Amino acid sequence: METKELVVNKLKENFSDISFEFSEFRDELSVSFDKKHVVKICKFLKEEPDLEFLLCEDVTAVDWAKRKNRFTVVYHIFSLKHNFRLRLKADIDESDCKVDSVTSVWKTSNWQERETYDMYGIEFNNHPDPRRMYMPEDFEYHPLRKDFPLMGIPGSLPLPKK
Amino acid sequence: MEKLTKDDVHPKIIEALLGAESNVTVDEALENEMVLNMGPQHPATHGVLRVVLRLDGETVVASVPELGYLHRGYEKMAENMSYYEFIPHTDRLDYLSPMANNVGWVLAVEKLAGIEAPPRAQYIRMMIAELTRIASHLVAIGALAMDVGALTVFLWTLREREKIMDIWDVLCGARFTNSYTRIGGVANDAQPEVLKSIRWFIDQFEENMDECERLLNRNRIFIERMDGVGVISKEDAIDLGMTGPSLRASGVEYDLRRAQPYLFYKDMNFKVITYSEGDCLARYFVRADETRESVKIIRQVLDNMPKGDTLLNQPKKVLPKKTEVYSRMEELIHDFMIVNFGINPPVGEIYHAIEGSKGELGFYFVSKGEGKPWKCKIRSPSFVNLQSLPNLIKGHMVSDVVAIIGSIDPIMGEADK
Amino acid sequence: MGLEAKLNKDGFLTTTLDAMISWSRKNSVWPMPMGISCCAIEMMASGDPKYDIARFGSEVMRFTPRQCDLMIVAGTVTYKMSHVVKKIYDQMPDPKWVIAMGACTSSGGMYRSYSVVQGIDQFLPVDIYLAGCPPRPDNLLNALIQIQEKIGRTKAREFQDSLPELPVLQNN
Repeated sequence: METKELVVNKLKENFSDISFEFSEFRDELSVSFDKKHVVKICKFLKEEPDLEFLLCEDVTAVDWAKRKNRFTVVYHIFSLKHNFRLRLKADIDESDCKVDSVTSVWKTSNWQERETYDMYGIEFNNHPDPRRMYMPEDFEYHPLRKDFPLMGIPGSLPLPKK
Repeated sequence: MEKLTKDDVHPKIIEALLGAESNVTVDEALENEMVLNMGPQHPATHGVLRVVLRLDGETVVASVPELGYLHRGYEKMAENMSYYEFIPHTDRLDYLSPMANNVGWVLAVEKLAGIEAPPRAQYIRMMIAELTRIASHLVAIGALAMDVGALTVFLWTLREREKIMDIWDVLCGARFTNSYTRIGGVANDAQPEVLKSIRWFIDQFEENMDECERLLNRNRIFIERMDGVGVISKEDAIDLGMTGPSLRASGVEYDLRRAQPYLFYKDMNFKVITYSEGDCLARYFVRADETRESVKIIRQVLDNMPKGDTLLNQPKKVLPKKTEVYSRMEELIHDFMIVNFGINPPVGEIYHAIEGSKGELGFYFVSKGEGKPWKCKIRSPSFVNLQSLPNLIKGHMVSDVVAIIGSIDPIMGEADK
Repeated sequence: MGLEAKLNKDGFLTTTLDAMISWSRKNSVWPMPMGISCCAIEMMASGDPKYDIARFGSEVMRFTPRQCDLMIVAGTVTYKMSHVVKKIYDQMPDPKWVIAMGACTSSGGMYRSYSVVQGIDQFLPVDIYLAGCPPRPDNLLNALIQIQEKIGRTKAREFQDSLPELPVLQNN
């Protein structure tokens, strides 16, 4: 499809020093790269006049449990001009659980990144409002990690007395 | 009136509230500002949303919404149950339009597994998705009118909604939270009396909708409370990620039924309603006009519905019919394998989104080849639309906050997951 | 409350007084809808013209706890929300009753997860448990009728005025 090749060529032309990994499954394109280039690439994809990925649909993370890079941060972005959706992925290691925030590029990612921090414990540098989203502020764990049990840890959430 | 103490509001929220940038100037500024808690339990029946406001007299200077009072742990539960078992849970996401969530989930799983439902099932799914959109917009309009003061409209729109719920009662046995779709089709065929009653409903719906609108459209009080309140511009709306009727009221013609058509929407003839003012009145008009477009779509679906099966015949991925399970051996074995071990789609990840009543409802799956998803993310439209709330209510009065929340129409079951 | 609560014996006067007071209490139960999630929609539907709840005396659903007798907890209660529910229950004046509507409030429902309270009777005294997910409005009206019968059997002296314990201030 034209838009896919356009995106691939533009990325390769403008960032020839970064190594990308392109993959396709069920007619969807995903791009993987190193986490330190996140803000640069996102800014380019938003502001390039041919591409115009103005709508950031989703920011989330995947926990792989027993791999070297334990987490992967996933971004879904959409271009209204071409009606095309793209997925960006960046791997993160557990020992250095930080990534740069893209709130300077799209304002949507403010709450989405807070939710990712609440659920997985991944910290976002330069985030304007680093608080938890769903769980109470003094909750100590991160629920969506694979080592957190489904029924929770008894005593971690207080209940009022009868 | 109880005084808000430090124990009620966490210090981090107060920090975010006082640190929020505010370019609001008031004519006669008071010396002190007040922090007011619009708590999780309040009569503007949009669920458990808490908004902490910083007020100067009656004008809102800054605000911080707090979610999480209905966080039920959907994504963690989805990692522990198979794709079939999760279908009743999707009903309770956006609990005012349950069938649309079912359709979205099932379409995403079918995309992952690489199967496609037969045409009659797809037409039935389109019909119920549009009926759901009508039901959801009726409640949205009714609740918005009730919040602003017009109590009669709420009872009239609920009366129309009861007719839709009676149709669903006959179709699938439940009035509400009906898990009607299945992977590979729908649970049972639409009976001829159901199709007749849907046709009767849409024939008399337009007049009743006109009656409700006549109470509001030229009402001086309604228009003054909604006109020019909560304006958001086109660029801000896209940047904040809003989708659905709220985005279309700001002039952006983005509807997933046109942009990335699913089911048979590319064969249907309907208009994408757009208004350009971006205020509460425009959002109300978009919803009222969308119900009429949905009626047009349902009429076309009823006229062109093909005959055929409603469940795909693929034993490894689709549950077989119950009568065959009880009498034939292979169907019994397939039923056992699918219920206990799941449908085992291939390794990979997909993201599929549909146009729900509130906006873009998307599901992101990562599959490792097992019967349960390794990760499931629900991209809910209410969550992202609510993010624009602090921008919208800055500079308005406290009673406008209620009108603005009503016009964005968040549903907390979806926003909190 | 007041004089009739102090009458102790079961004479002719007290039983007539009891019957009159409980008749008037049960025919005007004003519910406080603690509508949290999907069950709240069925509660709204029980107030619409088809399943009119006003004909049972619950003419208004007041959202302020100071004016209600019956709290209908409708929807999943999470740990974060349980403090709010308890606070509102404490603000309601005596006599008060609680209906736990739906499966989520009775026992946690279909949500066996880390953030859902498995049954609100862990922190609230419940009078009637309603089954259903969500229960039909007819079911809610049935529960309301049973609460009315329960109120009809109460005696006035069960609701004694209890003074709160005030701390003793000492001026030295």
